Amino acid sequence: MMNAFDQPQTVLVLGGRSDIAHAIVRELGSASLTTVVLAHRGGGDVTIDGLPAGANVVSVDFDATDHGSHSAFVERVAAEYGDLDVVVQAFGQLGGDTVNNDPIEAGDLVDVNVAGAVSSGLAVAAQLRTQGHGVLVVLSSVAGVRTRPSNFVYGATKAGQDAFATGLGHSLVGSGARVMTVRPGFVRSAMTDGLDEAPFACDPEDVAVAVAAGLRSKKSVVWAPGILRYVFAVLRIVPGVVWRKLDR
Amino acid sequence: MESEQRALTGWGRTAPSVATLVRASADDVRSGLTDLVGDRGVIARGLGRSYGDPAQNGGGTVVELQPGEDPIRIDSATGIARVDAGVSLDRLLRVIVPLGWFVPVTPGTRFVTVGGAVASDIHGKNHHADGSFGAHCTSLTMLLADGSIHSITPTSNADLWWATIGGMGLTGLILDVSFQLIPIETRHCTVDTQRVPNLDALIEKMEASDHLYRYTVAWIDLVATGKHLGRSVLSMGNHARLDELRETNPKAAVDPLDFDPPVFPDIPKQPINVWSRNAVRVFNELWYRKTPKHHHGTESLTGFFHPLDMAGQWTRLYGRHGFLQYQFVVPFEAIDTMRTIITKISEEGHASFLAVLKRMGAESGGLLSFPKPGWTLTYDLPAGVHGLGPWLAELDDLVLGVGGRHYLAKDALATPGVVAAGYPRLDEWKTIRDRVDPDGVWASDQARRLDLI
Repeated sequence: MMNAFDQPQTVLVLGGRSDIAHAIVRELGSASLTTVVLAHRGGGDVTIDGLPAGANVVSVDFDATDHGSHSAFVERVAAEYGDLDVVVQAFGQLGGDTVNNDPIEAGDLVDVNVAGAVSSGLAVAAQLRTQGHGVLVVLSSVAGVRTRPSNFVYGATKAGQDAFATGLGHSLVGSGARVMTVRPGFVRSAMTDGLDEAPFACDPEDVAVAVAAGLRSKKSVVWAPGILRYVFAVLRIVPGVVWRKLDR
Repeated sequence: MESEQRALTGWGRTAPSVATLVRASADDVRSGLTDLVGDRGVIARGLGRSYGDPAQNGGGTVVELQPGEDPIRIDSATGIARVDAGVSLDRLLRVIVPLGWFVPVTPGTRFVTVGGAVASDIHGKNHHADGSFGAHCTSLTMLLADGSIHSITPTSNADLWWATIGGMGLTGLILDVSFQLIPIETRHCTVDTQRVPNLDALIEKMEASDHLYRYTVAWIDLVATGKHLGRSVLSMGNHARLDELRETNPKAAVDPLDFDPPVFPDIPKQPINVWSRNAVRVFNELWYRKTPKHHHGTESLTGFFHPLDMAGQWTRLYGRHGFLQYQFVVPFEAIDTMRTIITKISEEGHASFLAVLKRMGAESGGLLSFPKPGWTLTYDLPAGVHGLGPWLAELDDLVLGVGGRHYLAKDALATPGVVAAGYPRLDEWKTIRDRVDPDGVWASDQARRLDLI
């Protein structure tokens, strides 16, 4: 159960190696935090620095593409560690250099980023409905707001995940469960290591602060940094010729 | 039996959860108990005046027990009232005051139920003299987890009794409560009110004169710092006898037991933001200045006991994030710790309008009852301010370090460790609870949050 400051006791991270998710957990950490379940493929031990003493961090095996396992997985975590207060959906891949031309690689990316998000999202939603409370935090991306020629396959997967998340959020109204869709811009993390920074680049900690503030304000969509909301209000409608020029 | 899916919060309006809210009679609950329990259990809810989540049960069932056809039965010879659990003190007082009786304990609002009064083992301004509500109860009728109904007394079922007094509704559904009323001659109190310029003077005055009055409380200005630190309005009173009322307030003495307090409209939603520090400072200053240096007079029962009931939904003044109320008690000998905490709160600067300082008397015996001999401080904090959590954890450590504890009816923030440290008889309580409810029929958000079940 969340405390009065919207600080969770139990957090489940799907994609337990995500830098952004680690920063979010750190930001939400308090004396109330008892358990952080880091779910990722292989389930090897992952640690998070800077958590309050007393928070128990456990790693478990989770495969985003094993759709049939997701319901049982979420139920098992809740049975073992109690009500899930915050679930962070943080897994996702950027795709390799050839993903925009390789049907098989692109299909695999969709399987992780979209199909995995949908199946695990539905499994989490069912658990949160049962509890009558809890928040699913979905790490989407501005890349899905308008897809760029240089990474349109990745962008398309994020658009699919984002559309699913916002729709799921609407469907949960009245159940006590909520979805918060997070749209970061370029985040300096392991996933973007070696890429050229885009304008308004930020750090995982900035996303985490925006997420914590969004949880307190019961937001359904959070942009990080916040200004991207206005930037993309414009970018979404600029003519195609301009949009293509911007993607250089 | 009416039921609906509803998002519920406590009085502080933080951490909502959705439950099936059922309005039902005791008989309906008994016959339908298996269905109501489901996977997530049942908890009773009175008027939702607990500040946090003890009367919430996310994904489960929350029962608002409807009073029966004859909910208030009074034995006029002994003054013992047998009252259905869902009856509010407001409704009860409207019946008993005209008959010359008053409740043995009232909190700062009339809008709590009798069942809630037992489950939270509430206290009032007379705690130093009379103890908590549970100390005045003589018998309880309870629906237990196995569907049986029992009438219990402190002697017939001592274990269950003391696990239920202050037990946050987790030992069974309280159906009715018998307790001793106190006789009154008038609906007024004689009250001495005085301004006290600082904390040291306040402590001295309360220590010296508490025993002279049945009811005492200090309203303390936690925004004041420096030489004004802890400046207060000290209010001490007794029930007015008829001859006293004739002397001081002859008009009121014409019909001395007439009791019909008006119900005021709710504060509108989303009013101006009253949370700025300056607004609090101005309010507290005016309120301190308006109090005469020393005043002796009479006040109505409602004015003396329930001033905040004058405005419905007053907590809306705290804005959309809601608020929490932090209440703790430290033993008398730890007065220096209380002084340290009050200084810290004043310096930190997020204190609300008024806080309350009070000296408490004997424990009732409830295993999870809050009151114990010592000083208790109550103050409101906005839930929307970032970073107050770690700061309050520091206060927790100070409180627990001297053998103090926190009030579960106010709690929306504590951890299992904080409760275990403050309530040394918690394990004893859990043993009894596990015996009377082995399958976890009674459950609340708070119980899950604090590992009570």
